[in-house]
Amino acid sequence: MDGSQLAPAAPALSRRTLIFAGLSAAGGLAIGVPFNARAGQPPTLTAGTNGDKEMTAWLVIDPDNTVTIRVPHSEMGQGTTTALAMLVAEELECDWSKVRIEYASATRNAEAGGKLYGPMRTVGSQGVRTSVPMMQQAGASARERLLYAAARQWNVDPASCSVASGQCLHKASNRRLDYGALAPAAALVTLEAEPAIKTPDQYKLVGNWTPRLDTPAKLDGSAQFGLDAKVPGMVYAAVYSAPVFGGSLKSVDESGLKGIRGIVGVVKTKDAVAVVADRYWRAKKGLDALAIEWDGGANATVDSAQLDKGLRDALDGPMATAEKDGDAAAALAAPGAKLVEAVYEAPFLAHATMEPLNCTVHLQPDRFDVWISTQSPMAVLQTAVEETGLPAEKIQVHNAFVGGGFGRRGGAPDEMVHAIAVAKAVNKPVKLIWSREQDVRRDRYRPQAAVKFRAALDGAGKATAFQARVAVPSLLRAIAPPAAIASGVEPMAVECIAKSFYTFPSRDIEVLLKNSHVPVSFWRGVGSSQNGFFIEGFVDEMAHAAGQDPYRFRRAMLERPDVLGVLDKTAEKGNWGSPLPKGRGRGIAVIEAYGSVSGQVVEVTVSPAGELKVDRVVSVIDCYHAVNPNTIEQQMQGAVIFALTAALWGEITIKDGAPEQANFDTYRIARMAESPPEIEVHLSLSGGDKWGGIGEPGVGPLAPALVNAIFAATGKRVRRLPLTYADLSWSG
Amino acid sequence: MITLTVNGKQHQLDVEDDAPLLWVIRDELGLTGTKFGCGIGQCGACTVQIDGQPVRSCSFPAGAVQGAITTIEGLSENLKHPVQQAWLAEDVPQCGYCQSGQILAAAAFLKDNPNPTDEDIDAGLTNICRCGTYPRIRKAIHRAAKLAAGQEA
Repeated sequence: MDGSQLAPAAPALSRRTLIFAGLSAAGGLAIGVPFNARAGQPPTLTAGTNGDKEMTAWLVIDPDNTVTIRVPHSEMGQGTTTALAMLVAEELECDWSKVRIEYASATRNAEAGGKLYGPMRTVGSQGVRTSVPMMQQAGASARERLLYAAARQWNVDPASCSVASGQCLHKASNRRLDYGALAPAAALVTLEAEPAIKTPDQYKLVGNWTPRLDTPAKLDGSAQFGLDAKVPGMVYAAVYSAPVFGGSLKSVDESGLKGIRGIVGVVKTKDAVAVVADRYWRAKKGLDALAIEWDGGANATVDSAQLDKGLRDALDGPMATAEKDGDAAAALAAPGAKLVEAVYEAPFLAHATMEPLNCTVHLQPDRFDVWISTQSPMAVLQTAVEETGLPAEKIQVHNAFVGGGFGRRGGAPDEMVHAIAVAKAVNKPVKLIWSREQDVRRDRYRPQAAVKFRAALDGAGKATAFQARVAVPSLLRAIAPPAAIASGVEPMAVECIAKSFYTFPSRDIEVLLKNSHVPVSFWRGVGSSQNGFFIEGFVDEMAHAAGQDPYRFRRAMLERPDVLGVLDKTAEKGNWGSPLPKGRGRGIAVIEAYGSVSGQVVEVTVSPAGELKVDRVVSVIDCYHAVNPNTIEQQMQGAVIFALTAALWGEITIKDGAPEQANFDTYRIARMAESPPEIEVHLSLSGGDKWGGIGEPGVGPLAPALVNAIFAATGKRVRRLPLTYADLSWSG
Repeated sequence: MITLTVNGKQHQLDVEDDAPLLWVIRDELGLTGTKFGCGIGQCGACTVQIDGQPVRSCSFPAGAVQGAITTIEGLSENLKHPVQQAWLAEDVPQCGYCQSGQILAAAAFLKDNPNPTDEDIDAGLTNICRCGTYPRIRKAIHRAAKLAAGQEA
């Protein structure tokens, strides 16, 4: 690397005032804190902390030039820690081989009013796309301080210095200093103005296929997940909640505990019972030995047939308007208009993260520590404040590698509420683990939803009206003030359907937020996970009703170059249009979600008996800028398999008020043999000011591309998921 | 009292015969690389090897173990095992929670299937990965087979 490559930034250097601040000066920088000013003990992803040697709140540079970058988002497989570190390292110009990562501290962030590291939420595919400016500035600012520290040491003009691969250079005198040697002095530098960040054409690291920093620890068992926390003297708890949501605990017969070793006690709450023991398996054995009576309450007779009917009936009732443009009603009623109508349905879905919910707590009179795999350490902190009565500064959230999140770990932690109740009762540190059955049966599910579409086509097969009536539970109801949904509309309910990129001349999108006693929450892809299926299945029906090729039909309704780019590349890479024999078919779909445009072609074989095989999936994403193509490929492939699991079998059904599925034998997950043999991933990058997400956009297109492929292969249209309801057999 | 040999070390343990091997490994021996996923032998996150054979330890009573146990911590020093090398080269893990089990299952599988086809892999590897790392696991198994055979992968 040649330091002269930094030339575009250099002219600005001499215009800046160089200030050497004392230890007391925090400077005018949002991201800077002085050396030694605040120890900070961030929970680490890997072992060890760097104590008080930090250079800024974002960075520790050790004398051996190891650079520790603190990341404000959780690693749950999506590669965000590597991508965020790459963004810092790109600006810092450090030696990438010496970069390690640790989590930023939620406590410290709370003490700074949440302004130090931002919301620290890892939801909505937000890691890179919301934290890009913070990470870039953290790297650029640190680089500039190092450069100024070197210039001062050499007593030269900073403008005559440069940086390269973890060193500051003064070429005129052929001197160089390692970042590690400069870090203590650099920590005292306060810049009058923040340096400019690079333009994409200057990137050396960002955009390159880069191995994940977390991989080695995940190959030898050393990666620490929440489940792996250990506190001296801790006991273990196993818990069951009331089977019916809203139900309560009636009575517990504890006589079955006799003879089980190590039992510490039984803890009862309003709607749950926990057995505490010196080992987890004894606690679980004790829990299974209890005779528990539950009161199902008002919801004990609710079943899926009622819930299905409730949503379907709502499709013809009053709704709130989410989007209205033109006169769709008139276009639908116009003489000669060809009408296309359909009802689509999708079920409740569990997250089923591989790591079941669990947490370890240590509650002391003046301090609370929690070890937990979470997507939202700030939400954990807030819940801990509420449940313990301690102020935030006396609470430490030790986040860990997250064994799958998919939205389940994005909000207030149900498992910690249980653990704190147990800790209060037994007055010991507690590790509480949800069994898989508890994890599936007490999930907060992807909402069950239904939609009725109506569209009108003119004589040339061109769409003149698009109408959608959506019935779906509210996600915001549980987490936002009532005012947020006072209009009767929330964005997730109509994601991918309202504000569609298709140029429908008139549109009428309505919604009813129809709730039940079944709790719902955010699930990978959120609204796009079911609405993508709905709209892209229906648009396919419109194309066939118009007698047009589904790809060409979509194309004719698009103006945005990013969406056209994705659709065209998807069709091209998916061999769209090349002939297939009867019983084989190709389907296409494209959606916009979480700041990215995502398209897929699915190719299937369906036997005359109706056996389905997914032969190939081609996935294309425009996330505008790619930080790490390696993890983008992983996320897009993973999203296909995640969505395929849901489309094939995914369903939580309700009987007698309670979920019927409980473990992987009844809530089936795709295995190797069911993973498509080919999942190709391609980038279609538009650049510009936007950075798109990658964790969720790949989920939405799979189901519609799949059902569209099934239609192409068999002539059978699937409008309800999962596919277990569909008879795909065909003849002739 | 039961006696277990884990990663070459013998342990005398004061636990019940019916204690699930998974929790004995994790909580008595402190080897937390072996994970809890389902408790009913469905997902394989808890896979260990007993005398080289893959075992789902969540459903295996500790008192019934006859043979030497290998956990992820004992598979190799410094990730030298061909399966770990291949996993590293293909950058397989996402969340990583199931990968200890995947690696131990794959290592056992390759001993019986040194040159597997895709169909062999489909039939022989049934561990669940919720992140969907299967495409890379498949590539990594083919790579590991070549590494184990002394070929350039």
